[in-house]
Amino acid sequence: MTETAAAAVTETARPNRLREFWYYFRENRGAVIGLWVFAVFVFCAALGPWIAPHDPTQQFREYTLLPPAWQTGGSWEFILGTDPLGRDMLSRLIVGARYSFFVGVVVVSIAASGGILIGLIAGFSPTWLDAIIMRIMDIILAFPSLLLALVLVAILGPSLTNAMIAIAIVLQPHYVRLTRASVLSEKQKDYVTSARVAGAGLVRLMFVTVLPNCLAPIIVQGALSFSTAILDAAALGFLGMGAQPPTPEWGTMLAEAREFILRAWWVVTFPGLAILVTVLAINLMGDGLRDALDPKLKRS
Amino acid sequence: MSLLRIRNLSVDFATASGPFRAVDSVDIDVDTGEILAIVGESGSGKSVSMLALMGLLPWTATITADEMMFDGHDLSKLGPAARRRIVGKDLAMIFQEPMSSLNPCFTVGWQIKEALRFHLGLDRAARHARAIELFEQVGIPAPEKRLSAFPHQMSGGMNQRVMIAMAISCRPKLLIADEPTTALDVTIQAQILDLLTGLRKETGMGLVLITHDMGVVAETAERVSVQYAGQKIEEQPVADLFATPHHPYTAALLDALPERATEKKLPTIPGVVPGQFDRPAGCLFSPRCKFADALCRATPPKPQGRDLGLARCHYPLNTDERAAS
Amino acid sequence: MSAPVMVASGLARHYEVGGGLFSKAQILRAVARVDFDLYAGKTLAVVGESGCGKSTLARMVTMIEEPTAGSLTLDGKPVVRARWPELRGDVQIVFQDPYGSLNPRQRIGAILAEPLAINRPDLSAADRRAKAREMLGLVGLRPEHYDRYPHMFSGGQRQRIAIARALMLDPKVLVLDEPVSALDVSIQSAILNLLVDLQERLGLAYLFISHDLSVVRHVADDIIVMYLGLAVETGPKEAVFAAPRHPYTTALLSATPRADPGAKHTRIKLTGELPSPLAVPPGCPFAPRCWKAQDLCRAERPELTGAPQAAACHFPMEPGEI
Repeated sequence: MTETAAAAVTETARPNRLREFWYYFRENRGAVIGLWVFAVFVFCAALGPWIAPHDPTQQFREYTLLPPAWQTGGSWEFILGTDPLGRDMLSRLIVGARYSFFVGVVVVSIAASGGILIGLIAGFSPTWLDAIIMRIMDIILAFPSLLLALVLVAILGPSLTNAMIAIAIVLQPHYVRLTRASVLSEKQKDYVTSARVAGAGLVRLMFVTVLPNCLAPIIVQGALSFSTAILDAAALGFLGMGAQPPTPEWGTMLAEAREFILRAWWVVTFPGLAILVTVLAINLMGDGLRDALDPKLKRS
Repeated sequence: MSLLRIRNLSVDFATASGPFRAVDSVDIDVDTGEILAIVGESGSGKSVSMLALMGLLPWTATITADEMMFDGHDLSKLGPAARRRIVGKDLAMIFQEPMSSLNPCFTVGWQIKEALRFHLGLDRAARHARAIELFEQVGIPAPEKRLSAFPHQMSGGMNQRVMIAMAISCRPKLLIADEPTTALDVTIQAQILDLLTGLRKETGMGLVLITHDMGVVAETAERVSVQYAGQKIEEQPVADLFATPHHPYTAALLDALPERATEKKLPTIPGVVPGQFDRPAGCLFSPRCKFADALCRATPPKPQGRDLGLARCHYPLNTDERAAS
Repeated sequence: MSAPVMVASGLARHYEVGGGLFSKAQILRAVARVDFDLYAGKTLAVVGESGCGKSTLARMVTMIEEPTAGSLTLDGKPVVRARWPELRGDVQIVFQDPYGSLNPRQRIGAILAEPLAINRPDLSAADRRAKAREMLGLVGLRPEHYDRYPHMFSGGQRQRIAIARALMLDPKVLVLDEPVSALDVSIQSAILNLLVDLQERLGLAYLFISHDLSVVRHVADDIIVMYLGLAVETGPKEAVFAAPRHPYTTALLSATPRADPGAKHTRIKLTGELPSPLAVPPGCPFAPRCWKAQDLCRAERPELTGAPQAAACHFPMEPGEI
């Protein structure tokens, strides 16, 4: 009885998982900064139309290519200036966050759910099926990802939805490989064997026993591919294969502003900066997540 | 003068939930040619104290000691470069997992020659000759052929022999063996232990054997230091320790061995080794000790005299009075 | 004596290894031939060094792998793949490493209830919970441990949980695969006591796999000594420990360190190492390391002979030899 009593004391004092997670996450200062920037990004995405000073598609014809407020000729009504059609840059950027966020969420969920499922199947299947799945994934990975996405969009037709599907397909093999690798290493462990001794069927083994233990690296990959998705969507938008004007998507904004790059620096710089900052923030956050979730990197 | 003399060594780790004292004011002495065994369960800090001596602990560890004299050098005052010249040459260490202690990318011959080059500065031919000589010394058959083998091509026992060959390549004055046979089979364990004691006799080096196996201690060691929760709680010559343990923990540990059992029900030690969050105020063993009273729970005991095995206990066992009464 | 719970005869398991496009697959005889009878309330210990096939034997007995040859019966019923689902509950296993054998993402309650959820769909969730709580008490844990995760427990407590899980289906045979090797001595004795106690109370048959002869000596009734997939000596514990007949058993016993510094015993030094299981010598597998080996040993494989203490040796040890 003393043993259990002593253990009970230990457990109450031991920090719980969430606090431990936060401790390791906090260690990485870049990750915390990334988290704050990401929070602002999410805030803009959620409340964009309500906090934007103007309607992002409204054209103020008398104010075309107005420079930012702090430059001569600028106006505080349009803090970051206006684009060639007289639309407010700040409003477009804020509302554009919503598209990027939407792209990130949809792409990551499609790619992750598909990738995890295929990865689980590959990890549990006999060698020949595993080999077939993995070779298909290798073929997808062998294409330059943007090129493949372009080809897919060309087949499906240019729109934001099709761009997302294309990017999801391109990102999927990463999840498949990651899931399969952790399934293979988890499968060796005794708790899986004891579930088999208890008579667990294949489906139960895959989803109840093994999958929850493979999630940590997949979550990290999810965060990192969130930014890849935003970047790819912006690239497709820039090439005219993603969101179509007048959608205030950041990549599309860049494309529209291409010809004014020498005359009006702000029309290209701000969408570019928005993409850069968001992607950087998410990547920093992903690094922090890895530090906190991956026990192999944990310091003693 | 003893070969190794450590006084009041403490090691603290900075962890997510505050500092953790892994080694708590431990004294260690090893004489030339002596075999000292450090015994303890997991979490007793037996490996950490030796890793601290070698300077192999991660940066989260804070090492404090009044004295860390090895062969006339105070290791705690040496810079990293001067320390490296001693560690690996005069002071060598082998580890539990021979497979993971060797670099899988290089042949074992390359690895042992690298050590010879770094510490002894031998030329190519001399290195090769010495490597073969060492392999013969540790009983590796066909040494010429084995030099070009990779670690994964050999068994655990062979790899441990290679580790030992590397460790003794510079004729160390002290060899620290951290659980050298735990990962090996019994018949191989017997071979490795024979090899270690034989080498000690041949070369006159001191040997520190870190282990949890009382059987290995009884058959190999000359002097035994028992550690519990980071403290050294008792130290005695091996025969005396097994015959008359003075600390209740040592006594309980010996009683719990199945081979010493007199009946089907084994004597047990209730509870677990205190961890970071439940360190008792008084004697660290008091929550599990069947002799503990209010004094034990409140005041940490000081080590007793040498005649009582330096037992860190208020009421040491097997004192002469008790034996007489 | 009553009929044995489990009978294995000529049990063998081979694996094909290697074998690519250009090389022929080699056959690895992980278990070449093992026979045993397991009785209720008794402990049969399987002793041997790494690579002797004891873990493969455990996998066959627990119906994770099908034997390549030989037969296994449980209460007179043949254990074949088609009947695995119904027989599964009768044979359960406890693993060596209590840190790897519990699913880190499941609560203790879920871990204990899982075997019931799979095999006893007739039980309600409340019944399962009640049974899990009862089992926690039986292995010396407390009801409030029910909702905790494995990482909150020490090694000894985890091993208790693993034992509790193995007992959830009321098995007749419990395979203990090195159940105390990963534990400290002070914890080890408590777990051994628990196992002895449970055996007495529930009449379990134990197949106790271990390399630690001092533990085996304490818990076993009968012993099988294995070497390279073959049983080289079998018999009652007292007889085997008192007068081993196979030279390998003798060497194993003499190599086991004793916690008694005064004891004088001659240690037999075995030369060489375990041969690769892919290239088991044609004669007696122990011949290359045996100090008594003669030409006959290298040419012809000895059969297991003698009762109750049987040894597979052409020149068995005489009592008092060495």
